Amino acid sequence: RDFNERCAQCSEVNWGLTDGGRFYCRSCHNVTERTREVVNTDFITNSRVQTISKGLRKEEKNDGGCEWYICEGFQLVLKKQAEALEALGVCPQMKDEVLCNFWRCYLQKSKQAYCKRPAGETIKTLSACESSTDVDSDPERPSLLRLLSLSESEGDLQTDCSFASSVSKVSESTSVYSGSVDGSLYLMKNQKEKLRMTMPMTLSFCYMALLWLREPITLSELLRFVVEGHIPYLNVFQHFPEKMKLCGLDLRIFCVESWPVYEEVFNKTHELAAFLDLPRFPDITDSCFLHPDMLCMKYLMEANLPDELHNWTCRVVKKIGIGEVDFLTLMPGDKSTRKVKYDVLAAAVIVVVLKLLFLLDDHYEWLLSEFAEERNKNNTEGGPHFEFKKWYEVVKRSLDVEQRKLDEERAKYLWRCEKPLFYSVKNKSKALKRRQMVVNLQNQFGKLSGSVRRAEKPNPSSFQLSWSEENTDGSCFHGHSLKGVLQEKCGLLTAMNPDYWLCTVKLCNEKLCGHLAHYREVEFPQSYHFVLGLFSFLLRIQPSYIHDEVCMIEHKLFNKKLYKKLKYNTVLRK
Amino acid sequence: SSHEHKLNFRKSKEACLSYIQDALLQKQWKRAAEFLTCYVESLEKDYSREHIGPSEMIWRIGTEILWHHSQSSMKEFNCFMEQMKTLGVKRYLKVCLEHVFHLLCNGQIDEAYQNLSLAESWRFGEQTAIQDKEMKLIEAYRGLLDYYSWSKQKNILLEHSEDGFSDLAVEQEMHGFFRKAAVNLKEIIKIPGVWDVFVKCYVDLLEFYGDHNEARQVLNEYAYNSKFPANPNAHVYLYQFLKRQGESKKSLISALKILHDIVPSHELMIDFNTMLQKSKKRKKRRLGLEVIFAALDYAGWKENAKAWSCLARQVKQILISEKHLDWIKQEWNSRKDWWPAFHFSRYLAKRNWQEDKSLSYEKALVAGILLGKDCKYFKYVSHQGCKAQLKGFRMLKKFVNRHNPVYLRISG
Repeated sequence: RDFNERCAQCSEVNWGLTDGGRFYCRSCHNVTERTREVVNTDFITNSRVQTISKGLRKEEKNDGGCEWYICEGFQLVLKKQAEALEALGVCPQMKDEVLCNFWRCYLQKSKQAYCKRPAGETIKTLSACESSTDVDSDPERPSLLRLLSLSESEGDLQTDCSFASSVSKVSESTSVYSGSVDGSLYLMKNQKEKLRMTMPMTLSFCYMALLWLREPITLSELLRFVVEGHIPYLNVFQHFPEKMKLCGLDLRIFCVESWPVYEEVFNKTHELAAFLDLPRFPDITDSCFLHPDMLCMKYLMEANLPDELHNWTCRVVKKIGIGEVDFLTLMPGDKSTRKVKYDVLAAAVIVVVLKLLFLLDDHYEWLLSEFAEERNKNNTEGGPHFEFKKWYEVVKRSLDVEQRKLDEERAKYLWRCEKPLFYSVKNKSKALKRRQMVVNLQNQFGKLSGSVRRAEKPNPSSFQLSWSEENTDGSCFHGHSLKGVLQEKCGLLTAMNPDYWLCTVKLCNEKLCGHLAHYREVEFPQSYHFVLGLFSFLLRIQPSYIHDEVCMIEHKLFNKKLYKKLKYNTVLRK
Repeated sequence: SSHEHKLNFRKSKEACLSYIQDALLQKQWKRAAEFLTCYVESLEKDYSREHIGPSEMIWRIGTEILWHHSQSSMKEFNCFMEQMKTLGVKRYLKVCLEHVFHLLCNGQIDEAYQNLSLAESWRFGEQTAIQDKEMKLIEAYRGLLDYYSWSKQKNILLEHSEDGFSDLAVEQEMHGFFRKAAVNLKEIIKIPGVWDVFVKCYVDLLEFYGDHNEARQVLNEYAYNSKFPANPNAHVYLYQFLKRQGESKKSLISALKILHDIVPSHELMIDFNTMLQKSKKRKKRRLGLEVIFAALDYAGWKENAKAWSCLARQVKQILISEKHLDWIKQEWNSRKDWWPAFHFSRYLAKRNWQEDKSLSYEKALVAGILLGKDCKYFKYVSHQGCKAQLKGFRMLKKFVNRHNPVYLRISG
């Protein structure tokens, strides 16, 4: 603020501060090298510099709070999430450079900062024209409910003026409807074209940054870490500084009461990448963790399947070209290519390979298993042959145990935190009383739960199921051989199984009905359903998503045969 | 896509509730407590649209757990109930009442009385009027406890009078309790409902103080007012009262008539049949036969020797008089397909003979008449009886043989 040099580019004296503490010229956005210590350590962000420098930010209100903007809150959330990821082993570049820059870019593009006239400015001008009458005294002012339901409507500046001025107040009683300055405005205006920030979107930011850096964390893993509590998401607002009072409409923005779903985060990531006009992401090559060959190896281990299957997954990957750099690397804004779900893709490849070798029609795989069992009984040299039946029993047992644990965990989630939430000052005391009662009851019944102490957060691990070769009970199948299901033809190893059944003959139009195919459990063999269920558990997604990828792979794999069939059919009809 | 599988607060709590339910059903109190601990934060959510909200759930579930859990004390239980009373003003009196029930189950009569008195004095704006029914119940139960105190004083008084001295203080107290009890008990039984315990106590009070008219009126209202739900006990109480008062057979019979209609298997049916059999009116005797046959339709009566002797007596009587054989035919018509297997199998013959000779005698008589002398039951029992040379069995055999042609007419 006391920086009075003229700007090198435009010769104006009109300075603001960037996040990194550098001065930038507000007229021409020229960033200087001159840095300045961040004086106000209460706030991590100085993105609302323009309003700060106007001196309108009031530090002390009656309740010790101060003005803050919604995007400042999100910035804090992202910071916390990045820190958590760093603690999990992600490189520090993510937090300090990649995520930061993505966020700044977003703020700029959505006109919330770093641009000529941030959207929040309208509040300032409007409050100037606002009359000094109280909100409640005017019966024509729209009620809060109506206001929220009007979020879809587009309004011109005039109507926006009347709405905004009635609800958002920069002066004393802002806390009636939201602790933040622009909470109501945030929710109200149709921000679709500007990609309004939401809590699930913070995870999209994280995923985007991880993808950019090609870190070895898949989206399903990221989401699992969130649910397990290693990455702040639920109740992250309790780490906001004391002065940032959260109430009213802020709750709708920051207090989530559901876990984000893979599809949701995935789609938003791509929307975001396009919105930010990002260039082609760094290449995903075959030495990357996210490459199907790598992920297949990981999932094969986790699914307790023989290592030998990896040769087959690599063959399939190669055959249909899904290991190519251009296929795997994200090109934002390219609407023609289908976006790659690395984890789901790898799982689907494994499913296809299992179908190739074992058919999975509820008959053949058990037959093969019987042969293998016979062979293993009579001949113990050269290591055991893989028996599908044994594998099924071992894996199913563990899976059932883990699934039961997961289901119980889901029923025992605690969604609230110590920080009491209230929508308005009116029900603050009621909310506090309720909170106190909840704590009392938790104590009373917690004591009666016996010695069952809620386990501490388990250490984050990449593997949910683990199998050790040291176990003498033969419950680890990694080293088992596939000899029993393979045969040699013309010097090449092929499957003994001559057949294959397609999950679907015709793929749906994903854009129209949301899926490539429609998975209904009863229409498919139990073994197929089991295998889908296994990966569905590991990736924490619905089996239908894996089924979609399986269909996609099959159609690529059997492309020629299908094409021939269709051609033949049309010839017949003529 | 709609993401219905998305896990959110509501679904998570629904799942939590079903785990609690399972644990409760399997009496796993610790596990139920564990999940309830996770459920209680639902209180902070607005469930105004749900049929049963979290606060009611927590009250009911918490009560169950605290009542049965081995490590839970009465002190903790009471503390919990007090908290629950503050949770929902619309349920205040209900919670109070249930708390009182638990105290009574635990034998804490004084505490129960205190709680009832406290609840009686509760006022809360328009809620007082809305919860009028619960208030009446609370007053009624306090009346009941007053009756209980009266009863204790009465017993003390009787003891003392036996010992030969009177105790004025005790008598005064007793009358005091009577007044308090009578007022409240009278109020509750005005409202249509099932008030067996209140009615009994009130009638007991009235009888003691000699107000038989009022007692009769109360019992009549309770039994015959159509606004009150059909209640077999009401008729039983009335019958017992009339019997105590030495009323005529006619009024006793009319009191039991409806009871027969509602509960044909009631134990009083034996008394009913006995009275009806002896009546001079033909219609009444006919009814008597119907009553005793109907009672024996029920499995619980299969081995009731008294019931069988009633039936046997009446059937024998009809045979000897040679009139009204068609009555037996009518009653037997709907039963001839299943009574033989139900009552008169060979297995039962053996068992009845082994366990209860008089039972088998009566049954054999009935079987012999209804199914003829060649039926399994009669043959076995009469053979055994004659072999053992027990009194009466020879007569039985002769009687049935003599009247055998009758069976043909009955079963035809």
